Amino acid sequence: MTMEQHRILIYILLAIVTTNLIRVLPMVFIKGPISNRFVRSFLYYVPYVTLAVMTFPDMISATPTPWPGLIALVVGIIAAWLRLGLLPVAAICCLIVYLL
Amino acid sequence: MRGKAQHIIHGLRDGFPIALGYLAVSFSLGIIAAKAGLTSGQGFLSSFFTRASAGEYGTYSLIAVKAAFAEVIAMCLVVNLRYMLMSAALSQKIAPGTPWIKRILMSFCITDEVFGISIAHPGYTPPSYMYAAALLSTLFWATGCAIGITAGSLLPQHMVTALSMSLYGMFLAVFIPPARRDRNVLLAVIASFTLSGICAVAPVISQWSSGMRTVLLTVVISAVAAWLKPIKSDDNGAA
Repeated sequence: MTMEQHRILIYILLAIVTTNLIRVLPMVFIKGPISNRFVRSFLYYVPYVTLAVMTFPDMISATPTPWPGLIALVVGIIAAWLRLGLLPVAAICCLIVYLL
Repeated sequence: MRGKAQHIIHGLRDGFPIALGYLAVSFSLGIIAAKAGLTSGQGFLSSFFTRASAGEYGTYSLIAVKAAFAEVIAMCLVVNLRYMLMSAALSQKIAPGTPWIKRILMSFCITDEVFGISIAHPGYTPPSYMYAAALLSTLFWATGCAIGITAGSLLPQHMVTALSMSLYGMFLAVFIPPARRDRNVLLAVIASFTLSGICAVAPVISQWSSGMRTVLLTVVISAVAAWLKPIKSDDNGAA
């Protein structure tokens, strides 16, 4: 096995262990509902903020020129706002960049 | 057991539309994984055992730039922090007296979508319902990633770029509807877009890895949002 392949396996293993520990630990330790208001609020915002941060500006820099990505972003936001669901929104974003 | 068989059938029925969506999204994830140098076998195993769209996207992006191992751990911790809340919420939906091994296996099944249908299940969530939905959708997820790694290089570049949009489309479908429902989430999303955009071009900060920026922005923006606009005490934060 090359050094490169060896490193990739370590990255993958770290991601698997970390991600699944996050899933398991609360199940093992939390006996009742979390009562701290700040912690609950923080955990409430985390998923939305992290996805938003990863979407912009990455979506615009993923296309050769910013315009197709920007238009896909705007139309994708409108489609998601209208609650079209996971698959349609993803398909619309792909189609726009493919056609432009 | 008749009841158990029925739970499995229901789990497969509810898991199937999720599986189809996963197949499309993980295909584009495979394209990113291929850029990081993963083989299709590695992609299959990694996706099968990680099952985290944003987390895997972050991980493969970090592998591509040969980031430090600690950065991958930090990225997985923060980007997947929501699973902690989901696991906490799920612990309340499991029948008392369920053996520990089943509770732990159920927590492994957590993804945004499988958690969603499990919490929506009336009454206590049967373990076999969740296993069935998770196993089916995970097989599609891992297969899509493996196909993306293999076929991604055969497709014309223009098509690969277009398909890479599906991951972002899925992100939008996850965080925009809550932003419509909750004004505070909308404000947090607007702040995230603005600060993320500024940090991508700002001197010094733009030189940091994107994984590091994601982690820091998430912690800072979520903490400020929690401080300024805490959720009402009777809200179920997991919703």
